Amino acid sequence: MPVDDTTVAAQDHRAFEAGLDALEAPTLPPRPGPGAVCLRSVLPPIVAVVAFIALWQLACSTDLKPSYALPSPLDVFRTFDQTVRDGRAWDAISISVSRGALGFLASLAVGTVLGLAMWRSRWLRAAIGPFVSGLQSLPSVAWVPAAIIWFGLSDAAIYAVVLLGAVPSVANGLLAGFDQVPPLLDKVGRVLGLGTVGRIRHVLLPAALPGYLAGLKQGWAFSWRSLMAAELITYSPALGIGLGQQLNIGRELNAMDLVIASIFLILVVGVAIELLIFAPLERRVLRTRGLTRRSVS
Amino acid sequence: MAHPALQPALQRQATPAPSVRVTKLAQVFERDRPPVLDRIDFDVAPGEFVCLLGASGCGKSTLLSLIAGLGTPTSGSIEVTVGRPALMFQEPALLPWLTAAGNVELALKARGVGRRERRVEAERLLTLVNLTGQGRKRVHELSGGMRQRVALARALAQDSRLLLMDEPFAALDAITRDALHEELIRLWSEQGLSVVFVTHNVREAVRLGQRVLLMSSRPGRIVREWQVEMTQPRAIESPGVSALATEITQHLRAEISRHAR
Ligand SMILES: Nc1ncnc2c1ncn2[C@@H]1O[C@H](COP(=O)(O)OP(=O)(O)O)[C@@H](O)[C@H]1O
Ligand SMILES: [Mg+2]
Repeated sequence: MPVDDTTVAAQDHRAFEAGLDALEAPTLPPRPGPGAVCLRSVLPPIVAVVAFIALWQLACSTDLKPSYALPSPLDVFRTFDQTVRDGRAWDAISISVSRGALGFLASLAVGTVLGLAMWRSRWLRAAIGPFVSGLQSLPSVAWVPAAIIWFGLSDAAIYAVVLLGAVPSVANGLLAGFDQVPPLLDKVGRVLGLGTVGRIRHVLLPAALPGYLAGLKQGWAFSWRSLMAAELITYSPALGIGLGQQLNIGRELNAMDLVIASIFLILVVGVAIELLIFAPLERRVLRTRGLTRRSVS
Repeated sequence: MAHPALQPALQRQATPAPSVRVTKLAQVFERDRPPVLDRIDFDVAPGEFVCLLGASGCGKSTLLSLIAGLGTPTSGSIEVTVGRPALMFQEPALLPWLTAAGNVELALKARGVGRRERRVEAERLLTLVNLTGQGRKRVHELSGGMRQRVALARALAQDSRLLLMDEPFAALDAITRDALHEELIRLWSEQGLSVVFVTHNVREAVRLGQRVLLMSSRPGRIVREWQVEMTQPRAIESPGVSALATEITQHLRAEISRHAR
């Protein structure tokens, strides 16, 4: 009976193939539970912070430096607490973060357009590529004097410094993303019959996303640094008191407790934005592509 | 005997138009070297399974890309009568940010299939390659054989009568390859596809093809062809396949030896 034969053969084949699939499909290690995460990545930094504060306290108790130069952890905490209570800390954070966000978004727009232009035009890329990469390694604080001469002690000067700091990272990230797209994937798009727009949208952009995102992350870090450098130097009552300016006030008053509290805030805000916005985005993009450490089989 | 004048008309009726007709095709990349492809002439009949066999670097991939419309030949012509061909590569070439079903659906979307239909159709195609219910998996969660089957489902989603395959199973282990041979032959006979299957594996060519074309290298020409009379399904280790593979291997080796100095 030929019909029965082929049915049996088909069933055989299905079972055989399903068996192969079960044996060969990569097995991903299970995602660690909250307890394990806590033990592995939350506990160690806490231990480090406690140890650091203990050392600091020890240095204070042994009078390593006079107390105006090295305030104790408790003094710094009191100052910090005061700036939080009287609202200075929140004002400074909101001024700096809104400047940082605006500067970053502007850098994002300019850097993306610049990156696209350099990707489309081989000539443009050859002409300005080396300078864009070079700018990335120039500390953006070097632009502050020039910006002040051009724009005076104004927001424009601050934004100019932020843009000069962050635009190269965004542009280079986008270029790196495009360069990493395997040519085979573009071929697939053509075989499937996608037009130029379809290929850009469905193949090129998603394929370039990890590189682009890495560029954005670096762009944010550079924005934040440039912003602090700019705020620290362009001090003027008209500009409001951002975190950098608060730091500068601490220096002028010789108030080391305020200086340390400000540094602490700058660090915390920078890290928080990275952890709350960029890290989850990046994790998601990498995980869907099987590029996280966990999913390497 | 029919009147001689009627003969061509009768013949045209008897043999339907081929799915692909390649005529006097040549491809030159570098002027000072022999052409990569030279005077290539062959047809593929509707529903025919043709294997293209040749040493590495003889121009197989170049020929297949030209048929797929990914380049223009230096001279000669390629007529594909069945619309845009589907093409599978040695690598699955799946888009890693999409799920298995998402990859299949992209091919449907490129054809203008509506969203709701896409989902149903993708599931049907995945079932066809024995991946029922695996559509939500990401590419990195699939084995090599499963990935290549998703690529096959994606190629089928193009709904082309012509499937071009460029060493699609070369990177798989022998057991998985065996399973995929079976899969492919089943799909080919069920769906009535024309297939051009490129390989450098003689046994694979004989296992799968109704006709095996042997190519020479530099210049790449079709130097010989064999009809495979055995019926499908046939096992790659069957005596019939072995015997013909031995014969073809001798010709392939002779062809390669010509290039020794
Ligand atoms: N775009 C190209 N430019 C120059 N040479 C090429 C190009 N594509 C293929 N070739 C050459 O053509 C020859 C045949 O390549 P290919 O078609 O990939 O062979 P096969 O698939 O049979 O291994 C090789 O020698 C390769 O170097
Ligand atoms: Mg090849």
